[in-house]
Amino acid sequence: MPAFLFLTLMTAIRILSRNRLRAGLTMLGIIIGVGAVIAMVSIGEGAKAAVQAQVASMGTNVIIVLPGSTTVSGVRGGQGGAVTLNVSDALEMKKRIPLLQDTGWAKRDVIQIVNGNKNWNGPVNGVSPSYLTIRDWTFTSGGSFTQADLDAAVRVALVGQTVVENLFEAGEEPVGSVIRIKNVPFRVIGVLAPKGQSAQGSDQDDIVFIPFSTAERKVFGTQFIGSVGALFATTERQEDLFAAVDQIREFLRARHRLQAEQGDDFTIRTQVDIGRVQEGTSQTLTVMLLSIAAVSLLVGGIGIMNILLVSVTERTREIGVRMAVGAKRRHILMQFLIEAMTLSVVGGTLGILFGVAGARLTTVIAGWPTIISGNTVVAAFLFSLAVGLFFGLYPAHKAARLNPIDALRYE
Amino acid sequence: MDSANGQPVSLIQCADLWKVYRLGDVEVQALRGLNLTIEQGEFVAIMGSSGSGKSTLMNMLGCLDQPTKGHYWLNGVDVAALRADELAEIRNRQIGFVFQSFNLIPRTSALENAQLPLFYRGLPLREQRALAAGALERVGLKGREEHYPTQLSGGQQQRVAIARALVTTPSLLLADEPTGNLDTESSREIMTILDRLNKEEGITVILVTHEPDIAAYAAREIVIKDGQVLTDRRTKPEHPPSLMGH
Repeated sequence: MPAFLFLTLMTAIRILSRNRLRAGLTMLGIIIGVGAVIAMVSIGEGAKAAVQAQVASMGTNVIIVLPGSTTVSGVRGGQGGAVTLNVSDALEMKKRIPLLQDTGWAKRDVIQIVNGNKNWNGPVNGVSPSYLTIRDWTFTSGGSFTQADLDAAVRVALVGQTVVENLFEAGEEPVGSVIRIKNVPFRVIGVLAPKGQSAQGSDQDDIVFIPFSTAERKVFGTQFIGSVGALFATTERQEDLFAAVDQIREFLRARHRLQAEQGDDFTIRTQVDIGRVQEGTSQTLTVMLLSIAAVSLLVGGIGIMNILLVSVTERTREIGVRMAVGAKRRHILMQFLIEAMTLSVVGGTLGILFGVAGARLTTVIAGWPTIISGNTVVAAFLFSLAVGLFFGLYPAHKAARLNPIDALRYE
Repeated sequence: MDSANGQPVSLIQCADLWKVYRLGDVEVQALRGLNLTIEQGEFVAIMGSSGSGKSTLMNMLGCLDQPTKGHYWLNGVDVAALRADELAEIRNRQIGFVFQSFNLIPRTSALENAQLPLFYRGLPLREQRALAAGALERVGLKGREEHYPTQLSGGQQQRVAIARALVTTPSLLLADEPTGNLDTESSREIMTILDRLNKEEGITVILVTHEPDIAAYAAREIVIKDGQVLTDRRTKPEHPPSLMGH
């Protein structure tokens, strides 16, 4: 049997290479289908990985609570338009909800920042030290401020990469220098490691962090002491995220004395939600393009079936001779199946090469990240093999079912 | 070869062989209770006009077809009871075919054509090649192993076909109008080879022809008419078995 399989494969290759144009055209559908699958999946995987990296850059297992509208009737403020959340909410939340690992808070304003003769208008955030750990900020130089700094409302600042680029000369070390925020001098004690774009496309490195208390008292001039722009909380494990969200909602409703008929005066979001929207978009695209690829593979398979049916008819006499000299049905069946699978596998392999090239080209030209995983390539290969097997079965069966006498007599 | 009861078994034994086709509403009785016995080592010519049933008989003897009724014993085995794959096995092991139109596989070398039956026997490739080369040598085609059918003359193509039939050392060689597409000279060559295979190697040769001078090579002439044996006569004295096999 091994000798038979080997020789049958050789015969198949010879027969196909004899008619290169025909074989090439037959394989085209498979080539396009597999190529599209490989390119699309790698673009989709790349997009997914990018989204995941972005979500991770915002901190994992993070719950964000934004203040909401204050009234349910009349003129309503938008999200974050009111002062329904404050620092004590965050501190109490941490005490009362054991699932929460930590809570933090922040308030932001876009303010002019000055260093010597340079100035920059950037978002200044008054935050708790816990906020920085929750959001997973790290430092390229210097370090964070402490709870003591917060308690004492010390004038220290952490600056993001974009701010550094705009306020400092290239090569100048920001740590130790003094910048002015709304004319208040702040000592820079840390430079934040760059995070790049957020999932929404904003520059996360265009940022200055100062202690929340300092911001409140010396920079923002807040009307309501203790009111925050947003609360942040983390859970130890990602599985607890949704339970924690429910508990936070319950806790805040009770704390804000909301009646059953009243809506929440806050909005809770998780990183998972944000990531999900992004992934959803790329998944929709992937599903759409994969279905196009599937149609292409189907058409490719039908092409293979068609050309094999032609081949069976053309070679009816040959099949008769083979049967006369002792080929059994399975021999004939195998011969045509191997021919079909050779077509589809060669097509699939070419498709994989084109797909990989296409994905690389997408990265180079469009700058989209692409990931070519070994699993995808193996799956595409096996799939093209299966297409050959499936669409070769009918013509092969037709050949094997021929009556030797009729086949020998066929003109 | 002996049967269970010690009686020598004929190579071919047909008893009350019937073959009935249906062509639409018409029933065609191609064979009508034909009886025939052919011994190992014979050289038989089967003659008859078209429509006499000789082609049907050939298909039957070659195990390409099965009788509607009756029995055909080949080497003591009742072919009528076999399945398609068992028939293929018998064709592969015991029967060699030579066709009027050569029926070589196109764009495939002489060696690979001669190799074909061994291919289905699953022999190691090296052995297949050696046996096929030997068979080509026996029909005088040494040195033409790599030629394609289109590079060979009709006579040479038919010799490749004979090599293909010989390569399995069959007990029966069926030649259906083997010289029908050949000129006189090539015909003589082919018949000489068949005659030699019969005389020197003891292979049973059954020849279908309607040319009397071709039939004259055989030692026995059977005429078929209306699906039955019309005449069956010996045209040459039976050659003594002692001459076989050298």
